Amino acid sequence: LRLSKPRLLLAYLTTANVIARACAEFDAIVTAGPGDMTVAEVTRAAAAHRAEAILFTNTLPLTAAAIAGLPDTVRVGATSSVGYDHIDVAAAKARGVMMTNTPGVLDECTADHAMMLLLSAARRGAEYDRIMRKGWRYRIGQGDLLGVRVTGKRVGILGMGRIGRAFAQRARGFDMKILYHGRSRLPADLEQGAEYYADFHAMLPHCDFLSIHAPGGAATERLIDARALSLLPNGAVLVNVARGSLVDEEALLAALTSGKLFAAGLDVFRSEPDFDMRFAALENVVLSPHVGSGSVETRDAMGFRALDNIAAVLSGRPAIDPLWAIDPL
Amino acid sequence: MPKLVLFVTRRLPASIEALAEQQFEARLTPSDVAITGLAAKAAGADAVLCCPGDMLDEKTIAALPDSVKVIGTFSVGYDHIDVAAVKARGIRLCNTPDVLSVATAECAMLLILAAARRAGEGERLIRSGHWQGWAPTQLLGTQVSGRRLGIFGMGRIGREIARMALGFGMEIHYRDMTRLPPDLEQGAIFHDNDDSFLPICQVLSLNAPGGEGTRHWLNKERISMLPPGAVVVNAARGTLIDDAALIDALRNGQIAAAGLDVYNGEPRLDPGYLTLENIVLLPHLGSATTETRDAMGRIVLAGIGAVLAGETPSNLLT
Repeated sequence: LRLSKPRLLLAYLTTANVIARACAEFDAIVTAGPGDMTVAEVTRAAAAHRAEAILFTNTLPLTAAAIAGLPDTVRVGATSSVGYDHIDVAAAKARGVMMTNTPGVLDECTADHAMMLLLSAARRGAEYDRIMRKGWRYRIGQGDLLGVRVTGKRVGILGMGRIGRAFAQRARGFDMKILYHGRSRLPADLEQGAEYYADFHAMLPHCDFLSIHAPGGAATERLIDARALSLLPNGAVLVNVARGSLVDEEALLAALTSGKLFAAGLDVFRSEPDFDMRFAALENVVLSPHVGSGSVETRDAMGFRALDNIAAVLSGRPAIDPLWAIDPL
Repeated sequence: MPKLVLFVTRRLPASIEALAEQQFEARLTPSDVAITGLAAKAAGADAVLCCPGDMLDEKTIAALPDSVKVIGTFSVGYDHIDVAAVKARGIRLCNTPDVLSVATAECAMLLILAAARRAGEGERLIRSGHWQGWAPTQLLGTQVSGRRLGIFGMGRIGREIARMALGFGMEIHYRDMTRLPPDLEQGAIFHDNDDSFLPICQVLSLNAPGGEGTRHWLNKERISMLPPGAVVVNAARGTLIDDAALIDALRNGQIAAAGLDVYNGEPRLDPGYLTLENIVLLPHLGSATTETRDAMGRIVLAGIGAVLAGETPSNLLT
């Protein structure tokens, strides 16, 4: 039995609710800002505080070298994100530092955001908003500035995990026909009538809309390339709330400029925040700054889930969302 | 037999102008400006096809030539037409019902999501080139999934929105004059008064018709009955909202965000809206999909053709 609270380093800027809970349940030191802590700052602060746990997000690149530099007191690192391509999990495991993420709590929010981008891209929401803020003041002809209808169309989903399925649920409310590609076919209760394509490229000619919900990484690198885009029907709409690495941005820019694609809705980019500003010069894209999980409720839930993981590990229980499996004794 | 003459007051989608020319001796007007001097321009016409914004008031209708037997409007709403005056002259009137319900509901759902998730602010940040990168506290919006949605006016468009919102796990409430039968209600909760309705509306969607009965329905008093941080959208008629009260509530945070497609006095909307960050604004394009405008053109031309052939089309208003 320990009487003192476990020592936590809260290394990223987060919501007031998460900070309050971290400070109530832990002996926590919190980043002073203005930004999230760098690796050097985390290393220094963790050593000074003799931190047992670090709570961070995908702004902290925990490479093998960074993990090697952490003090021995650190037993768990929790990222407030689903993605963990910023963590060298093997290096963490080799040092015996448990790493956890926050799956499950942001599915609904991210699916909402994908549907927002889909509707806004199809119905030219961002372009219309710019017209308004310039004052409007003119009549728009009945044949002008028309969008494309969403209801009743076909949507292809690349990656039918939890977020892809939550997105499919929303699309069904618009009477959309759901097609999907993933590594394997889902059981019927999860598929809910969606049509499976084992071959991603065979699905594309049937997609009036294509929404990306697959993870990043080498296996999906530039899956959306010039060939994939050329296979879509003319006037298709692309939505990406997953990872920028899945898209060949030169090919996407070409397809948006040529009119091959009607529009795109993008929340993620190959490079962030210094994304390719040529996208910002296009009228037929809707852009958002990687805020797929950006609701107060969801960001709270992500931070809480990360704190739950830390509390579990530090009290000797298994992590809820371990990124490396503990070897059986 | 020569074709009947149709005078069209405005430029229409090319496919519909082609259809008009196929069915009628169509006199097209390649302009996006509201029609003036209609009586002279419609001389000898059997039918007139007008658009919202064309003011067909009592005087204009009285001056129409006797040759005009039917007026079609390229819209579902007809508050720009003096229907009593049309009726008094024995002219028939048809519109474009039903075919734009889905497109307008899509637009309302877009406004709900974009307002709640601060899409306009995100767009402006990113296009400015000043985005500093992902941060857990940046531009946090309100979650739409699982929220309570209140629909004011549960007609065709309101019911389409309800169906879409169910996919987001929203709890649907509605306020109307009468309760719907269960097959149309689909589990939505009916309110016969504002006092029970407004406090549950975490998201409020206005879908009632315009006119005096609903003029400035969303006023200061009703806004104060909404839960703090509510999201309000209007894809119906601008007259439903008291602009000054809504702008106040958006400024002081009583309403978290709003999405509007329609305005009092459009296109000259209240400039107070233009400087607010927490609002998404669309220029009355609820029905603006190629598919919908095409369907609207087809149904109104079919209605005009039917009247001139002595038949009674389903979209006949009077």
